[in-house]
Amino acid sequence: MAFELHRRSGHQPRLTTRQEHERRQRRRSSFIAAASTFVVLVAVVVLVPRMPRWDRVKQSFFDVNQMRNSFPRLIDAFWLDVKIFAWTTPAIFALALLIALARNSRSPALFPVRMLAAAYTDVMRGVPVILWIYLVGFGVPGLGIARPFNSPLLWGSVALAMTYSGYVAEVFRAGIDSVHESQRAAARSLGLSSTQTMRHVVLPQAIRRVVPPLLNDLVSLQKDVALVSLIGPIEILRQAGIDKSKFANFTPFVVAALIFLSVTIPLTRLTDYLWHRERRRTSGTRVAP
Amino acid sequence: MTPKVSLRGVTKSFGTNTVLCNLSLDVANGEVVSLIGASGSGKTTLLRCVNLLEQIDDGAVLLDGDEISAIGRDPNPVRRRVGIVFQSFNLFPHMSVARNITLALTKVLGLSPADAAAQAGELLRRFGLAEKADVYPDQLSGGQQQRVAIIRALAMRPEVLLLDEITSALDPELVGEVLDVVRELKGSGITLLIATHEMAFAREISDRVCFLHTGTVAEIGTPAQVFSTPSDERTQQFLRRVMN
Repeated sequence: MAFELHRRSGHQPRLTTRQEHERRQRRRSSFIAAASTFVVLVAVVVLVPRMPRWDRVKQSFFDVNQMRNSFPRLIDAFWLDVKIFAWTTPAIFALALLIALARNSRSPALFPVRMLAAAYTDVMRGVPVILWIYLVGFGVPGLGIARPFNSPLLWGSVALAMTYSGYVAEVFRAGIDSVHESQRAAARSLGLSSTQTMRHVVLPQAIRRVVPPLLNDLVSLQKDVALVSLIGPIEILRQAGIDKSKFANFTPFVVAALIFLSVTIPLTRLTDYLWHRERRRTSGTRVAP
Repeated sequence: MTPKVSLRGVTKSFGTNTVLCNLSLDVANGEVVSLIGASGSGKTTLLRCVNLLEQIDDGAVLLDGDEISAIGRDPNPVRRRVGIVFQSFNLFPHMSVARNITLALTKVLGLSPADAAAQAGELLRRFGLAEKADVYPDQLSGGQQQRVAIIRALAMRPEVLLLDEITSALDPELVGEVLDVVRELKGSGITLLIATHEMAFAREISDRVCFLHTGTVAEIGTPAQVFSTPSDERTQQFLRRVMN
């Protein structure tokens, strides 16, 4: 810290013995990190191309012409993923919040509601997402509902919203539980009802605390949207599959992966940043190493 | 005359731990009563039973002769009339000082935001915190936070104010400013029930002092009686321990 200040003010830093020592330590760590990264990179760049069938792999996974050819179609198809993501997210948050509130209700009369909400989260989280997509996506339209309400796209999205709301409800619940009981006591002592207390005092604090885990779930959702392709809609994963079959080349999958990364990595970095900020705010001064 | 607050044979347990045991106490309208006693003697629990933050197991709590502890009674109208200030302030950290005060004014009393803000501003001015209206609680000193908490409770114009060891979490040099606020309240007609470890303050401000021991009233009387000539041996022991 002192070192930083010196540097910023433009003076030649005069360091204490300890600061000198810490600077040497930092340099040493950076050197080790850089060296090990370099070794791994060299190993990959030098050794992988020496594998006996590297040429074949390179041709079928990293074909530059195929990349150019597939990219526009894949980006178009990815737009559908974005749309599914965009309409399931609000549904997930609304449903999850309702379930979390139901599980946190305290009135003895609401015992059945608490039980139902608990059962819902257990069942939703206990079955693989892909199974729910098959069951709901094929099952509900199979009932013979009239168009447009029989589209697998609609019911696939519903299946996603159902499962994810189970996970997100647990995140909300953890947030609500983390607000200290004394906050409730203060609100209730002013005459606020339990609903007003939840809305104005508990929830705003709870949601602020769970923003990082919520974003984490959104990163997962962003990827799981591709599972809807398994019941029909031509989104990016399915489009990549079509291209793969048509051109007998796996490169479209690599392109699809890169497109996913271009969205999920910024979201992941943001999540990390918020985690750290929240940690700094709530866990006090760090102890010396 | 009907007592403002009356506890009649109140018993309250947490699991197997009986905190209040057949406790009776009457507080007159406008009276200032201090509760003293060792930690765990039931001071906090007694206060929380008066504004129904705790449900009593047996006995009755009366406000103006009306049994507020009756089964099925809506606690919210009672809490509007009985305010409480907590040891740990319990301000809402996500709201500005002004919002902390106006929240219940608008949501519970139904004041317009403008009226509520005017009232909050007036109280903040009166207690020397006018320039802190838009600040968040974590930017205030402990003493300032506790003064805001008192203002938040006062803004509801309660008939009874419960003060639960409101200086126990403060640095010694901040205690004075908070106690000054309480001094100002005495004689304003509000009934004060004060749980405290500040013996000098209890002696100065109280009409009566009540010594609690293991959940019962061991001794009650004027400050002079209780502090100078305590009749109960347990009171004498307690005072010897805390006075030096």
